[in-house]
Amino acid sequence: MKDALIITKRQLLQLFRVPEVLIFSTIQPVMFVLLFRYVFGGAINTPGVDYVQLLMPGIFVQTVAFTVAGTALGLAEDMQKGLIDRFRSLPIARSAVVVGRTLGDATLNVVVLVVMAITGLLVGWRPSSSIFEILAGFLLLLIFGYAMSWMGVLVGLSVRDSRVANSVVFLFVFPMTFLSNAFAPTTGMPRPLQYVAEWNPVSTMVAGVRDLFGLEPMFGATANSFPSQNPLVMSLVYIALLMVIFIPLSVRKYKNVSPK
Amino acid sequence: MSASIIAENLVKTYGGGKDENAVRALDGLSLTVEEGTVLSLLGPNGSGKTTTVRVLSTLLRPDSGRATVAGIDVLAHPQQVREIIGLSGQYAAVDETLTGWDNLIMFGRLYHLSGRGAKARADELLEKFSLTDAAKRPIKTYSGGMRRRLDLAASLIVKPKVLFLDEPTTGLDPRGRQEMWEVINELVKGGVTLLLTTQYLEEADQLADEIVVIDQGHVIAKGTADSLKKDVGGERLEISVAAEQRSEVRRIVERITQSAATEDAGVHKVSVAAPGGTSTLIETLRELDAAGIHPLDIALKRPSLDDVFLALTGHIAEENLETTANAKPKRGKR
Ligand SMILES: Nc1ncnc2c1ncn2[C@@H]1O[C@H](COP(=O)(O)OP(=O)(O)OP(=O)(O)O)[C@@H](O)[C@H]1O
Ligand SMILES: [Mg+2]
Repeated sequence: MKDALIITKRQLLQLFRVPEVLIFSTIQPVMFVLLFRYVFGGAINTPGVDYVQLLMPGIFVQTVAFTVAGTALGLAEDMQKGLIDRFRSLPIARSAVVVGRTLGDATLNVVVLVVMAITGLLVGWRPSSSIFEILAGFLLLLIFGYAMSWMGVLVGLSVRDSRVANSVVFLFVFPMTFLSNAFAPTTGMPRPLQYVAEWNPVSTMVAGVRDLFGLEPMFGATANSFPSQNPLVMSLVYIALLMVIFIPLSVRKYKNVSPK
Repeated sequence: MSASIIAENLVKTYGGGKDENAVRALDGLSLTVEEGTVLSLLGPNGSGKTTTVRVLSTLLRPDSGRATVAGIDVLAHPQQVREIIGLSGQYAAVDETLTGWDNLIMFGRLYHLSGRGAKARADELLEKFSLTDAAKRPIKTYSGGMRRRLDLAASLIVKPKVLFLDEPTTGLDPRGRQEMWEVINELVKGGVTLLLTTQYLEEADQLADEIVVIDQGHVIAKGTADSLKKDVGGERLEISVAAEQRSEVRRIVERITQSAATEDAGVHKVSVAAPGGTSTLIETLRELDAAGIHPLDIALKRPSLDDVFLALTGHIAEENLETTANAKPKRGKR
């Protein structure tokens, strides 16, 4: 565990040495907040609630879902540079490097979420629930991000090339975040897509976080399906699934990985 | 003296058993390195040098075979092996965004030195590798030679008993190579057991007690630098002359060296083994001058890796083109 923290520290030190990375990883979500708030917000009809209230949980979830990209990229790069080989030749636990990396990415998520929340508050976001519920919402976001990060470990160690990692992740995560209730009601989608969107972990997360922030859990939910009725439960199930699947796979992959 | 590294019949195939593209990178490779000595693994591109190093340093499991390092079974107790080895891979593997200092501290901590211990060791190593001035600069700004030195420094943090260096000088300019050789020689004096890979006979010659030549995943020759060169035939004298003088030149050199010369009509060259080295050269020049022959070019050629391969395998190594390109002491790949 101590070894893992050294790896985490190295990652944070990197952010410190190359602050551009941190700046860009926060600018992007902030830009999304502003774009959706002012550009698309006017075009999306949400009777009864202010769009920005619905939007913020959506963007929070999208941002933490993209942790998969950050982790995959970072590890693919370490792989390319031969650093993973070096780490693997050290007398440290087999899980230290990947645990350290995922913890580092989680720390980065904390920073990004704080910056986004401040931006949100500036543009009119006002969660209406208790402080504990709000904090629970953020905790849920962080845990979801952490689970996604483990998926990133497997992707990064499998593709072993940061450019490939980038395209793989974007091809997969972008549709996943848009095929959801994050930015617009799902009612506008063709019927089959609505079912996909409803079961999409991003949707259940968004609905769950909205719930914790004092909003109606789903907007535009069409069917009385289980995920739209119990978004929090479903989200926790998804998180558990991600971890149960990807943690062992990733650690095993790390043990046997070799560069191209 | 006892054996510090033992590899027995290592086999490693990349890309699955029946696959058409399967590569048998190691094909029953065996070697032994005595404690406190330097063994150089010499071979062309793709001969299995890196694969051997990866197996012995616990990074890769062979399909079959056995290996021990300092008496510890590499396959059964990899973690114990990791405690006592240092590894510097073919390409410098350090965190480019961090400074040299950051890197050494990080690796020091990962080797479980205390905070203060890691700092002291980092200072010491930076000093030893003449990197003190660059310590606080990101590795990105380092030259190839500096990177290589830092990479080596990182593998020496806990004074390993056994050190693996994979092509430590590939890509360095002659001066960088010279510096690296000095550093390595000093380490060896400190008593470390070293396995180093190289594509250059000269480098093996400079550093190694014993040389193992590998090709296509198995050992094709071993011995000291001298004994290998003897196998290859040692230095050769090559003389370029006008066509009509070739036979006379040939007679002269054959008399001096007491061995058969070859004529290469295409490039008007006469070539003969010259065990006497420079004295043979001087004598030949004198005799040619006396005979009124003025060669276009005359040179003493040391055997190259190509010659070793030619002599040992009777064929030019598959990736010969790249090997010759790299064999010149100039900036190689990277
Ligand atoms: N990860 C891999 N996947 C598939 N084939 C590989 C892999 N690594 C090495 N090989 C193949 O195994 C053979 C031996 O490779 P190895 O890297 O050990 O050679 P080398 O002697 O170190 O060469 P070089 O001088 O180029 O570094 C080569 O044919 C190479 O193409
Ligand atoms: Mg190699």
